[in-house]
Amino acid sequence: MLMRRKERAANLHSVIARLIVFCGILLFPALSVSGQTKNSCLDCHAKLDAPLGVTPEEYQGSIHAQKGITCVGCHGGDATKDDMLESMDVKAGFRGHLERSRIPSLCGKCHADAAYMRGYDPSLRTDQFSQYQTSVHGKLLAKGDTHVAVCADCHGAHGIHAPNDPRSSVYPTNVAQTCARCHADEAYMKLYKIPTTQSADYKASVHHQALADGDLSAPTCSTCHGSHGAAPPGVDSIQHVCSTCHLFQSQLFDSGPHKDVFAAMGLPGCITCHSNHGILAPTDAMIGTDKSAVCAKCHSEGEPAYATAAAVHRELVSLDNAIKRSDEILQRAGDAGIEVGEAQLALADGRDDLTKARVAIHSVQAAAVDQDIQAGLKVAQSTYQTGVQAMAELRFRREGLVVSLAAIGLVIFGLAFLIREIESKQKSDKEIMK
Amino acid sequence: MSPVPRFRKWLDERFGWDELLEFVHHKTVPEHSQSYWYFLGGMTLFLFITQVLTGILLLLYYRPSPDNAYESVQYIMAHVRFGWLIRSIHAWSANLMIFTAFAHMFSVFFLKAYRKPRELTWLSGMLLLFIVLGFGFSGYLLPWNMLSVFATKVGTDMAGQVPLAGHWILVFLRGGEDVTGATLTRFFGFHVAVLPGLATLLLLSHLLLVQRFGMSVPPRVEAAWRQNPSQRREIQFFPNFLLRELMAWYVALAILGALAAFKPWGLGTKADLFAPAPAGIRPEWYFMFMFQTLKLLPSKIGPIEGELLGLACFGLAGLLWTFLPFFDHGRGGRSSRWITGAGIFAAGYIIGMTVFGYLTK
Repeated sequence: MLMRRKERAANLHSVIARLIVFCGILLFPALSVSGQTKNSCLDCHAKLDAPLGVTPEEYQGSIHAQKGITCVGCHGGDATKDDMLESMDVKAGFRGHLERSRIPSLCGKCHADAAYMRGYDPSLRTDQFSQYQTSVHGKLLAKGDTHVAVCADCHGAHGIHAPNDPRSSVYPTNVAQTCARCHADEAYMKLYKIPTTQSADYKASVHHQALADGDLSAPTCSTCHGSHGAAPPGVDSIQHVCSTCHLFQSQLFDSGPHKDVFAAMGLPGCITCHSNHGILAPTDAMIGTDKSAVCAKCHSEGEPAYATAAAVHRELVSLDNAIKRSDEILQRAGDAGIEVGEAQLALADGRDDLTKARVAIHSVQAAAVDQDIQAGLKVAQSTYQTGVQAMAELRFRREGLVVSLAAIGLVIFGLAFLIREIESKQKSDKEIMK
Repeated sequence: MSPVPRFRKWLDERFGWDELLEFVHHKTVPEHSQSYWYFLGGMTLFLFITQVLTGILLLLYYRPSPDNAYESVQYIMAHVRFGWLIRSIHAWSANLMIFTAFAHMFSVFFLKAYRKPRELTWLSGMLLLFIVLGFGFSGYLLPWNMLSVFATKVGTDMAGQVPLAGHWILVFLRGGEDVTGATLTRFFGFHVAVLPGLATLLLLSHLLLVQRFGMSVPPRVEAAWRQNPSQRREIQFFPNFLLRELMAWYVALAILGALAAFKPWGLGTKADLFAPAPAGIRPEWYFMFMFQTLKLLPSKIGPIEGELLGLACFGLAGLLWTFLPFFDHGRGGRSSRWITGAGIFAAGYIIGMTVFGYLTK
């Protein structure tokens, strides 16, 4: 009897234990959901139209929602309360609509707090707000101009994505379009009396082309102007800005005579020849004395520099043509099956020399350009000779083939004749035997 | 006695030269409306000899290491006198040899030449065909260019799919987990030592068996000759058949020369093991039907991986094909007709899938 009771008790314990585990498995997801931060704001605002409406997709897709920061983070209040009056109670810190002038400092409360931001991303910069204060946008805002861009104008408000997210309005390929929303708007820019052609110019530029081709390191507006501290670079700064990428050109410019002359004339360095937003891919036509040449804008006939510009242009064109000639003959030989890989590789050195010569132009010293041109011409000449020999080899092979095929044809003909002779003899021998 | 008869007497005393000549003079080859298929075997042999000779010449300059292989082939093509011709003939001859070997196999199949007593002739021929494919697979990697390296990766990956022993086979073929310089030296060893040794032994056995049993006559011709013995035609092996064979060899030589001169075998770009796989990786044409089939199969067929099932089917089909004479005696009847139908399907499938593979790229 006692044994039976003990057995029943043991069974009961086992059943209870299993039930607890089972209920635990069932309840665990529900408990973990209830552990998430409740956001009752969306219950109503998801149903409202703009500007008060926020779609759940927009909110949930934002970097803030992903990091667990709800509407309360910016707007205050208590999103855990279902009652509207309680959740939007001023006593609970509800701020409601955010004034434009307060947005940068509000964002800065978290984004300028290094200790706080470290908890989310230790590599994230926290100087955005201080940079913004030095920007044209920030300075005007401080003076009370609320038309200027604030954080939300570039980053968005409720659907903010991380800058490295292609959906972000500040992702490299989207920056120009984001800036253009204001800077290409003639009516809006009339307030500041600044041109609105930058966006169109940039879109025609080599920089935009590189970005569109997938090179995310190619410059966009913020690369030259800065992002949070956006301001036009001064005349003295332009060369430094360009030299962050075009270092050699900058160093050569510094070593040449143009640097002091430009400074004396108050001309900005690089953009005097290359322009600013609409920088096109440089061509050899930019050098020389033709109408399209930038040299001819300042130098006129009779000046030594004018003759030098014409001579440098001729040299560049001659090397370019020599490389094209070698390339063409090697290509033809290669297509015909002659192995010219080594010569094609050597010709790449000639192309390097042409690039070096084009870069050396920034020193405005004809001798430096000539040195690279001569090296390139030597390569082009020797590779062209290889191409000529390859074409001669091709002729030799074709002629050799004709001779060989003729010889083989003769042998086949001879064998056919021999077989006929043998078999006719064998036939007559058989007949004789019969 | 002049030197020639004296030398002949010297040979005869030692090796029974006159007896040998007597044998050659009496050897005959059947002659009928389909006897032109007999030349395919000889043509494959000629191309094999060409491979051996050009291969030896290439060995004088080729260096089997990842740092030197590409450059050495480039050197052969650009600087060695007639190096371009030797390498192009070697590459083209390899492809033609595989083509003639396949054609020879199908001609033997459809003429039912594998039937008793030639079972072992067929078996040795099938093993030779596999070795020839092995030559093609190992030789493709040797120039060490982008396409060859990545095609070898794909090919050895397929071998790695074999159940149980797959990983072991993959590591054995590659000399490690990945295609590296170790794979190159390994493939070089297979290409110039292991496979030629096996091929020579099998080739000698194959030729001896052909000599022992003579040329097979198609069943229909054989039946007609049996009914009417006066219809039986034969030509002497020497010189009649041999001279015709020689003509076929010269035609093959002319084709090889024309291909080498007009379409020298390309070199591509040097392999870069860290570069992403180039577009359009595909095996050589003789593996295309298998590659295309595996490409078309869904990832899962029931509970089994599609690629694995495809490889298993090819393996099984290859095995059945190899041992065909042991279950089809070629004496006609319903089962023999089924096997002929299967052969027509196999030939059509190989051609169709190869063309499809090239059209879809």
